[in-house]
Amino acid sequence: MSLQRKKFRYLGESLIEGNIKATASLAIVVIFLILFFILRESLPIFFNPEVQQEITFRHFFSGIQWQPVSDNPRFSLWPIILGSLKVTLIALLFAVPVAVAAALYSSEFAGGRLKELIKPGVELLAGIPSVVLGFFALVVMASFLKDLFGWQIRLNAINAGLALGFAVIPAIYSLAEDAINAVPKSFREAALGLGATPWQSATKVVLPAALPGVSAAVLFGMGRAVGETMVVLMAAGNAPLFSFNPLESTRTMTATIAAELGEVVFGSGHYHALFFIGLVLFAVTFAINLASHALFEGLMTRLYGARK
Amino acid sequence: METKHNRLEIRDFSLYYHRTKALEDISMSIPEQKVTAIIGPSGCGKSTLLRSINRMNELIDGVAVEGEIRLDGEDIYGRNIDVVELRRKVGMVFQRPNPFPKSIFENVAFGVRMGENGRAKDNLDQVVESSLKEAAIWDEVKDRLHRSAMELSGGQQQRVCIARALAVEPEVILMDEPASALDPIATAKIEELIFRLKEKYTIVIVTHNMQQAARVSDFTAFLMLGKLVEFGATDRMLTNPGNKLTEEYITGRFG
Amino acid sequence: MNNKRRIGDNIRIGLTGSAVLLIAAILAVILGTIIIGGYKSLSCEFLTKPSTDGMTAGGIFPAIFGMVFSLLIMLIAVVPVGVATAIYLHEYARPGLLLTKLIRGAVNNLAGVPSIVFGLFGLGFFIQFIGGGLDHSLGQSGLFGQPCILWASLTLALMNLPMIIVATEEALRAVPQAERAGALALGATKWQTIRHVVLPQAVSGIMTGVVLTISRGAGEVAPIMFTGAAYYLPYLPKLPTDQFMTLGYHIFVMTTQSPDIDATVPIAMGATLVLLALTFSLNLVGIVIRSHTRSQLRKGR
Ligand SMILES: Nc1ncnc2c1ncn2[C@@H]1O[C@H](COP(=O)(O)OP(=O)(O)O)[C@@H](O)[C@H]1O
Ligand SMILES: [Mg+2]
Repeated sequence: MSLQRKKFRYLGESLIEGNIKATASLAIVVIFLILFFILRESLPIFFNPEVQQEITFRHFFSGIQWQPVSDNPRFSLWPIILGSLKVTLIALLFAVPVAVAAALYSSEFAGGRLKELIKPGVELLAGIPSVVLGFFALVVMASFLKDLFGWQIRLNAINAGLALGFAVIPAIYSLAEDAINAVPKSFREAALGLGATPWQSATKVVLPAALPGVSAAVLFGMGRAVGETMVVLMAAGNAPLFSFNPLESTRTMTATIAAELGEVVFGSGHYHALFFIGLVLFAVTFAINLASHALFEGLMTRLYGARK
Repeated sequence: METKHNRLEIRDFSLYYHRTKALEDISMSIPEQKVTAIIGPSGCGKSTLLRSINRMNELIDGVAVEGEIRLDGEDIYGRNIDVVELRRKVGMVFQRPNPFPKSIFENVAFGVRMGENGRAKDNLDQVVESSLKEAAIWDEVKDRLHRSAMELSGGQQQRVCIARALAVEPEVILMDEPASALDPIATAKIEELIFRLKEKYTIVIVTHNMQQAARVSDFTAFLMLGKLVEFGATDRMLTNPGNKLTEEYITGRFG
Repeated sequence: MNNKRRIGDNIRIGLTGSAVLLIAAILAVILGTIIIGGYKSLSCEFLTKPSTDGMTAGGIFPAIFGMVFSLLIMLIAVVPVGVATAIYLHEYARPGLLLTKLIRGAVNNLAGVPSIVFGLFGLGFFIQFIGGGLDHSLGQSGLFGQPCILWASLTLALMNLPMIIVATEEALRAVPQAERAGALALGATKWQTIRHVVLPQAVSGIMTGVVLTISRGAGEVAPIMFTGAAYYLPYLPKLPTDQFMTLGYHIFVMTTQSPDIDATVPIAMGATLVLLALTFSLNLVGIVIRSHTRSQLRKGR
């Protein structure tokens, strides 16, 4: 009969759809491959007796020294965990107020022309490669700050934290701006209608309504900061000291991998330890991003109700 | 009015959007080479019914159907039905003109180019010309065939969309309020066109405009809340409605 | 009273606005420093000659050459996969389905994986597992199982996959649903509709994604430093299985490994200026195409 399905057409279409579907599924495969191969190279620390002669899980948390290449190697993660925390904290202390204020300004107060300029401007900052930020912090900013404040040590956690802040401001800004823009116009109209000033409307109504999204933006920036490599590798001085002092040189988890993987003996305890650090980074950023995503979705649901 | 043989048979047809029933047990016969109008208040299911006839409902998530619609005896919701083939036989014109952002020529040629065996691909020029003539737009666009269809006025765009549908040589043409987005002059042109097209095609048109139904259609189906209230010859139904609800609707007491 | 409040509010708003000024200042200072420090090094020679004397003299040609080489391979890998994924997500996938949610989750996560972890993965997967496995089965050693352009580019490709996907999806979203319906109603198949109606309109949006991906790929160092990039090579790479020099890594190496940092800094500044000029112009192009596409979308076209 005339309306019966044409075999060849049906075949062609399902072939194309199948291919596209398989290709799309690649993203899932890749995530699992990443997890699998990072795990594969970290697990010997737990299960391989030969490797365990050199290093076991306990070593990661005993002592306060990371000295993988020495006659008596030490593998304590504390100094580099502390380094990551320190630098991330400094970066966020700097970047969060700047980025959130800028987002608030551009979506609540800036006039049309200026508004159109701010977003691309921030995107340009986002477009600066991290190696360039690291270069700038290492070659220019460090000496400038040292002279300005009379620091003893040129490359320290504050220098790196500030440069890292440059890298995460755009990330926080763009998500925070999305969150603030997602607040319906009616909220503002209601506030202004009740006699609130624009400032009151922005800070007492809009910002609180967008708060989950702004928190999501902060978490998102935190994930970026923890995972960023080149800036801290170049700007932090790279000494794995266990120190809370922000004016001393410091070393993050990412920089540790970057600095040492090139020289490591393949299959050694040190080699597996570096993959383990990678595993920790993967897990931590995964969790942070998940939380950020959940918060942002939560905001959207709160503002617009459940979507499909 | 003599009735030709029935092209489309709708039998106990129901449609659900997720759980909500949008059409309930519709049964009607749509005769060949006539214009059948579907009327009724907004939201009563006119578009839904129309979209059921070329299975465009399938693009919407969560649609389920019961019953059958037969085209020349073949159930279009039956097994192994080729929707592509169905849609080539049952063309559609939408409420808002939706030309592709391509040239007028490419718009009209589109369906032919997508066809499997390249029928008439050699004489594409001729197909485009005759389709545009059939849609009464040829004179207005013949000098600008390769300019974008988006530059045309709404009424012209809609006639290009009709030409685009005609180029595939359908047997049935579905029109969903084809003139509702147009001004009165453009509307008159479309109506005139519909009147001529029925010599060759079976036409089903949705309209919420009683006068329009009276002007263009031979048969009318009156729908309310997803149910078919009355179906019959248009002149009879408008002068002597067989149902209280129809009468109230026609006399403008609601809708 | 009222006046006082207005003045107070304006001061507060001004303070908020100063955050924008600060961002502009950061941008200006970084750009200014690098332009002033780098423009003197720029010359035809600089762009066409290799680096000499332990990176204290000469140009950056091999780094530019290697960068272009690796970016080409990256694009060949990432564009088809990214575009196909976006097509699946936007045109085929049903939103509620488990597979759809998994793919979306994976893409989101991929975007958040730290770049250095991609480097570890490239080393463990591409070089050791795939490359080592290839070498083993071919009965040779050190051809595929070592860092090279191919593995570095594929690592970069994976890292940039989310960017292409997101850009393409945005472009697909901008194509009006009514046009898809129009094509399907004319008896076009789903793929014909995508191929002949949807994709032609999405091209500029996809190009934005491609341009931004090139820009990002050009600046990434962490994922490639163990998967293919070399400190220094006295020759240009010929095959995808060769190691390569690349601009970003070259900047890092020059500033951290130079025997004579004072002699190297001007060259490094010049190299940084070239990299910045490249990424900025690509970004500008991307931003311009995107805002154009968005305004078209707003006009409902
Ligand atoms: N995509 C859809 N999803 C869910 N419900 C729909 C959808 N389209 C239409 N409906 C519902 O089906 C009913 C009939 O709609 P429709 O056929 O568009 O009516 P009409 O064309 O007569 O105005 C309405 O109640 C409408 O809300
Ligand atoms: Mg309707």
